[in-house]
Amino acid sequence: MTKWNAAALILLVLFVSLLPLLTGNTYLMTVGIFSGINALVAIGLCILMGYAGQISLGQAGFYGIGAYVSSILSLKLGIPMVISMTAAMITAALAAVVLAAPALKLKGHYLAVATLGFGDIIHIILNEWGPGGPSGFGDIPRFTLFGHVLTSTAGYFYLIWGFVVLVMLFSQNFINSRSGRALRAIHGSEMASNAMGLDVVALKIKVFVLSAVYASLAGCLYAHYVTFISPSSFSLFYSILVLMMVVVGGITNLWGAVVGSIVITTLPELLRRFEEFDVLAYGLILTLSLLFFRKGLVPFFIGKLGRFRGTGVAGG
Amino acid sequence: MEGSGEQALLEVRGVSKSFGGLKALKGVSFKVRKGDVSAVIGPNGAGKTTLLNIISGIYTPDEGEVIFLDERITHLSPSKIARRGISRTFQHVEIFGDMTVLENVMVGRHMKTKSGFFASGLRLPGVFREEREIRRKSEEILEYVNLAHRKDDLAVNLPIGGQRTLEIARSLATEPRLLLLDEPAAGLNIRETRDLGTLIRKMKEDLGITMILVEHDMDLVMHSSDWITVLNFGKVITEGMPLEVQKNPEVIAVYLGSDERSEHE
Repeated sequence: MTKWNAAALILLVLFVSLLPLLTGNTYLMTVGIFSGINALVAIGLCILMGYAGQISLGQAGFYGIGAYVSSILSLKLGIPMVISMTAAMITAALAAVVLAAPALKLKGHYLAVATLGFGDIIHIILNEWGPGGPSGFGDIPRFTLFGHVLTSTAGYFYLIWGFVVLVMLFSQNFINSRSGRALRAIHGSEMASNAMGLDVVALKIKVFVLSAVYASLAGCLYAHYVTFISPSSFSLFYSILVLMMVVVGGITNLWGAVVGSIVITTLPELLRRFEEFDVLAYGLILTLSLLFFRKGLVPFFIGKLGRFRGTGVAGG
Repeated sequence: MEGSGEQALLEVRGVSKSFGGLKALKGVSFKVRKGDVSAVIGPNGAGKTTLLNIISGIYTPDEGEVIFLDERITHLSPSKIARRGISRTFQHVEIFGDMTVLENVMVGRHMKTKSGFFASGLRLPGVFREEREIRRKSEEILEYVNLAHRKDDLAVNLPIGGQRTLEIARSLATEPRLLLLDEPAAGLNIRETRDLGTLIRKMKEDLGITMILVEHDMDLVMHSSDWITVLNFGKVITEGMPLEVQKNPEVIAVYLGSDERSEHE
């Protein structure tokens, strides 16, 4: 990990630990919780898109699998949450393998459509066969840590951002390692990657699985925090929302995923005052931000900083 | 064919390949001796790059087979062939542009190392040691090809000569037994071409790497190779030591046209 990334991570930990202490504002922390949940999905998609050069419009499917599997297991079968969440992530990983093996032979738009189809299939399955059908179900158990139930908003804020920090740490290590380099190499040139003896297909499947596991983890956290889920939270709209977070933040930098999630999650809240014009303002801001920060917010500001200091700041 | 594996590191037997109606290779056979720099020359469209693409597994031949270290590699994938010890460079440079020069070479170490996704993410102690070793070895290779001073630059920012050298460095990192060089001098100036010749001879002598050199620059070919195979319209028209091939009337005809041929005769 570069020293910039280490510094950014320490800064994030400080910010996250201080925020609930500085403000007792539950509303602010709730927005923070959703930003964190979205960040987990976005980090996975960022590795998949920005580093490995693959696209997915089906992340909502994995997110939904995470939420439904863990909820059903813990609510209906009374299975401890550690096990139900692990089972949910394993299910998502298996689904990713089944999807990736044929789909990753496709490229660009075709891969986008294949993953979009996958997301839609999961959405339909949840609608038809999920408990409560389209209206979903509630009473999902809350988190239990060492035998006592987590209820406070601050508690959830710490829990979820704790996961974000861990996932970020893991992802940074991984990106700056042998496997991460291999992914970036595939993005750069598949032909040369093959000539270097990289098993391109296996690597692509693995990174797809990794992104699915992140999304399903987020799904579990979402379900056990909100305690009520319905298929509408796991539709194509969510996949596109996550895509937007990654693109607005900057797909070439993992921090872009975190920043993008916070921006996209917070923006509608800030625009509430525009009342019926909020959607219009939202669209306008996104369009303008993509026009002016073409590479995304984080790479843009890193570039500015680099020029200011007269040195290149390596992303990654 | 018995005993043919004794000296030949690679043998191409009766390889044919068509693209639609175009017959790119028509029953090409030749051997590459261990330790040799073996050049394949011929005019544009003679089938040289097709031949390299068949050896490295990008194409499967319609007929014939490729034997490497006494094993058929004809139907193996490019990445499996690379793992058997055949590395290559590309006529149209295929570097990892968004990665640094050093990182490009580090990718070459991939198949010689093994830390997986999880071990890397969790930074297990073995990973750290391996990563340091990958870096050390890659820096050493950059030193060897004279690119160490640019190691932290993005690969895409290197001039074409540097990019071609980087492709060689990246291949060296895989510790190949056979290195395929596809027009490594294309786009290089005279000085760069001379440095390339020096590097090729150095790799042969210091590292004992066997090479197949596909090249148009005759000066480079004559000064660097031990054996030359001449292709024309998908067929081997002659082969031999550089001096023999240079004097061969058929080769002169192919390269210079028949008028010059009659002058030489």
